[in-house]
Amino acid sequence: MTARDAILSALRASGASPVPAPRHPVPVRQGDPVARFLESVTSVGGNPRRVPDAAALAAEVARLPAWSFPRRVSLVPGLPGGTVDLAAVADPHELADLDVAAIPGEVGVAENGAVWVTGASLGPHRAVFVIPEHLVLVVRAGDVVNDMQEAYGRITLPRPGYGLFISGPSKTADIEQSLVIGAHGARSCAVFVVG
Amino acid sequence: MIHFHPEKARAFVLDDERAHWHDKALWFMRVKRDRAAATVPEWESLRETAEGIKLHTLSRLADYLEEFERNARANGIQVHWARDGEEHNRIVHGILEKHGVTRMVKSKSMLTEECHLNPYLESRGIEVVDTDLGERIVQLAGEAPSHIVMPAIHRKKEEIGDLFHEKLGTPKGLSDPTILTEKARGHLREKFLRAQAGLTGVNFAIAETGGFVVVTNEGNADMGTTLPPVHIASMGVEKVIPRLADLGVFLRLLARSATGQPVSSYTTHFHAPLPGGELHVVIVDNGRSSMLSEEHRRKALCCIRCGACLNTCPVYRRSGGYSYSYLIPGPIGSVLGPHRDLKGHASLPFASSLCGSCTDVCPVKVDLHHQLLVLRQEAGEQKLVPLGKRVGMKAASFAMARPALFRAAGRFARFVLRVAPGLARVGPGAIWSRGRELPVPPRESFADLYDREEAGKPEGRS
Repeated sequence: MTARDAILSALRASGASPVPAPRHPVPVRQGDPVARFLESVTSVGGNPRRVPDAAALAAEVARLPAWSFPRRVSLVPGLPGGTVDLAAVADPHELADLDVAAIPGEVGVAENGAVWVTGASLGPHRAVFVIPEHLVLVVRAGDVVNDMQEAYGRITLPRPGYGLFISGPSKTADIEQSLVIGAHGARSCAVFVVG
Repeated sequence: MIHFHPEKARAFVLDDERAHWHDKALWFMRVKRDRAAATVPEWESLRETAEGIKLHTLSRLADYLEEFERNARANGIQVHWARDGEEHNRIVHGILEKHGVTRMVKSKSMLTEECHLNPYLESRGIEVVDTDLGERIVQLAGEAPSHIVMPAIHRKKEEIGDLFHEKLGTPKGLSDPTILTEKARGHLREKFLRAQAGLTGVNFAIAETGGFVVVTNEGNADMGTTLPPVHIASMGVEKVIPRLADLGVFLRLLARSATGQPVSSYTTHFHAPLPGGELHVVIVDNGRSSMLSEEHRRKALCCIRCGACLNTCPVYRRSGGYSYSYLIPGPIGSVLGPHRDLKGHASLPFASSLCGSCTDVCPVKVDLHHQLLVLRQEAGEQKLVPLGKRVGMKAASFAMARPALFRAAGRFARFVLRVAPGLARVGPGAIWSRGRELPVPPRESFADLYDREEAGKPEGRS
């Protein structure tokens, strides 16, 4: 008998009687989602800002200290200033000295400041989410939802194969529970809400 | 007895200052958890739903695993099955060998601790680097994690500075957490860039979509799976959940329960290999099917490893992770360890005050203190309890069944404690009075007081 069959038959023989799947609770709405989202981004160590349109976004991003570093990727449609073209990079290891990446988010979550980003057109460069020293995430105001339950209503998987919620910069509290920003991934995370 | 929790805890509690420091550090997490839970009005119904989803899944676990496997394969993920830890290690080693891997990075996985994967691979010439900062600290120190979410919670920053000086060549005397973290970042960045494969655990596997989720705050799972082309994910059979939407429930509970954060920094959904790479999932039983077959143990399989029961447990906080004989300490470990091997972990069900706080904070409502009580009974039946305690319990049971004897014993004890309180500090009973001030015993017992009050009452009142 293969391990697979042995495990499955042992599980089937366990005699657990059927339990119906529960309904999910309906979350209580707590105020304007965009306002809450901006607050949450601050609470998780990110730097939130709301801008009216793409032109204001470009101006604000250009003013970020992180954007003054030389190795920049912009994946946000209409956001200029990128200096590294991912399509021209063969191996993700070449991104090791990437300074900053601007990435479009598909969903923002008010309750926890998380932004859903996917690797739809990144090829082998999923590292772009975690390897740069700084991150710039951009979400449209209309894409901000109240909570994670609502967020999963907007997310499609298994395609594009890879996606993650990023909530603020990389952090750790493994040494005496002192919060330190910038463990392995981004040392700062600017989050823009457009509209 | 092979292992006795109080013996192991002794060294820890003798260092009074450190014991208090540890207690406070964990309580801080508990307070943060309470604050985070209070921000979600539907918290209690979320817990009930999470419990319900887990129990539903366990009741059809084989079906959901098959659905997961089918969908994962369609996504290009290679699925393997392992009956036990040894088979798991062999499968992982086989994959690494096929790719000629000699350097692997790993993000936190209690399952691989359970399987003793690191020594298995290291003895076969593969460098395994734990990349979670806390895990790396204990790995460099040659220790096991003392907490499932904060593996180095027992270590002071000065000790970590000394350790980094010795192992990583950092300057002597560093103790600032920011500087130490920065040193670890530089050291591990190099390991990530040189790794040929990355291994992660699995927080949730989704049957419906054939993918899985890994959460970290540091981004180490992401670094370890986006640079090397080979990713291996190890999961216990109980990690599968039916639908993508179920994640909305679990992720609202997990980080809030674990660290008081509204969500972890990185919640990564893997549904396909890195283009040009390989993605393997190893599904491990290792005793879980047998736990599933026993109804009163089944619920322990609902655990999502948040660590909230450790943080709240008055015994864990005051005795430290290393006083527990099972690799997972605290209430959940004191349930899981004895479920596997009651004889080897017979003292763990007693490492609890049965206060029930663990059950109250558990995001999936595992009935931890009830399970501990059942395990105590089993340990008693199998004579796995120390002789002194067995005789003592027999004597107490004998006296409590005889009211006159019980009252006489009480009078005697109150008399002795009044005239010679020092007697309580010698003999076998001293374990309860060590390090404690004894109260002055009252002159009469509650029963005496009650009888007197009743006797003095006028007729007709009650």
